[in-house]
Amino acid sequence: MSATPADRAVELAARESFGRLVSYLAWQWRDIAAAEDAMGDALVKALEVWPREGVPDAPDAWLLTVAKRQLLQMARHDKVRFDPAVTALLAQDEAHEHSFTIPDARLKLLFVCAHPAIAEEVRIPLMLQTVLGLEVADMAPALLLSPTALAQRLVRAKQKIRSTGLRFEEPEARELPERLQHVLESIYGAFGLSLDAMDGAEARVLDLKDEALYLCSVVCQLLPKSAEARGLLALMTFSQARRAAQIDALGDFVPLGQQDTRLWDRAAIVQADQWLWTAAQQRQSGPFQLEAAVQSAHCHRLFTGQTPWRGIAALYQQINTFYPTQGACVAGAVALAEAGDLAGGLRQLEAMDAGLVKNFQPWWVARAWLLARGGQPTRDLADAAYRTAIGLSTQQKIKDYLERVRAELQG
Amino acid sequence: MQFMLIFNETQADLANSADAQAAPAYWGAWNAYVGALGQAGVIVSGNGLQKPHTATHVQMRGGKRVIHDGPYADTKEHLGGYFIIEVPSLDEALQWAARSPNATTGTTEVRPVMPPPAAS
Repeated sequence: MSATPADRAVELAARESFGRLVSYLAWQWRDIAAAEDAMGDALVKALEVWPREGVPDAPDAWLLTVAKRQLLQMARHDKVRFDPAVTALLAQDEAHEHSFTIPDARLKLLFVCAHPAIAEEVRIPLMLQTVLGLEVADMAPALLLSPTALAQRLVRAKQKIRSTGLRFEEPEARELPERLQHVLESIYGAFGLSLDAMDGAEARVLDLKDEALYLCSVVCQLLPKSAEARGLLALMTFSQARRAAQIDALGDFVPLGQQDTRLWDRAAIVQADQWLWTAAQQRQSGPFQLEAAVQSAHCHRLFTGQTPWRGIAALYQQINTFYPTQGACVAGAVALAEAGDLAGGLRQLEAMDAGLVKNFQPWWVARAWLLARGGQPTRDLADAAYRTAIGLSTQQKIKDYLERVRAELQG
Repeated sequence: MQFMLIFNETQADLANSADAQAAPAYWGAWNAYVGALGQAGVIVSGNGLQKPHTATHVQMRGGKRVIHDGPYADTKEHLGGYFIIEVPSLDEALQWAARSPNATTGTTEVRPVMPPPAAS
């Protein structure tokens, strides 16, 4: 594509302003789908007009004005019930369209997207689509969903928001922690998806990690006092800092414990430690700060040459007491074993719900790893667990790695 | 819901299945996958198929039989096997498809099975 300066300005506007403008319009109009359509039309129009007439001084305001006209037209056309207050606002904006600043409604939109009334599995794509403007075709492979099914779910979710009249408001103080938790969980979910996609062949799959980091930094900006938001930002930054060490020169997967710490991003780790420290000052404990503390401990191998397994096991114990998840329970069991209590680690794995773990690949990897450490008596069980773990893996590099470990077990 | 997972393999994968060097890894991956499917209790039925060169194509054209041995010459991927699985929704079926060894190089097609016709 030959990009002229005007094309680039449109693209920049799309990337940087889409979420803000859609959020603002959706908040004003209580209708996400209509806001997106109107913004989409405005962008198309910009692509026609800007290359010809030059980029306006205030591209955001220009786009917003066009989008609003579009919305108003649709509203007239559809005879949609709409608030006289909105019309008043519109008239007001038109009057000084180049001078006003657009209020940031992204946080309100995030809270709507992660509302308890919205099905959990649609929250991540809904946020990514409305706040960041990602396309269904790009998101579907990252989420391992059929594009048609994903599109239908998004439409249904938006209809639900409209028909049930979910409020585009920041939650009241007393419900804020819980609602924010949903927002942060969705962001972390998006980040986790991208960590899974490490195969070379999957480079085409949209990498959601930057989008997740960006969303989280927006939340931190808009809610500077939230310790958990900062905790999540630290958590993701720690993981991100180790990425370069995850694949070796031969292209093989390297597990955390064997990674060359010289490949870790020291500056990012220091920064994340700082965020975690700032978060801790707020004295509002929460799962993301605890998870970040675990990652911080792992990263400290860079400075001390050792992994503080006892400390990590203790952190996981806290996580599993107050905020239990399958993943944390499995990781905690491994930490326990690494800290010297192999039997305790195995007991913790065995105590988990068999129905839930039977397709949970990390559980089988952990079980295999711990059984292998038990030596000869549990070698066959370890081998069988590795086999299941391989069968449950989707990444070729992970399958290959597990096959290597399994072969070593035999040898 | 029942889905058919249709495993389409590349020529290279097919060659691996019979190559002394590559066969253990090839069959190891399939055994692990089928083992995991079995352990999850989702298999309704399924089979691996013999090599594409064992295929025979039959067509009836204007009352004439056309019989053709082996695979179509310019096909890039070949049917290697299939499973019918019972899972709650397409989402889980896609998860299982993503885990199949051939998905890395070839394609796994996922198709909902037609419900049996209602008894009249």
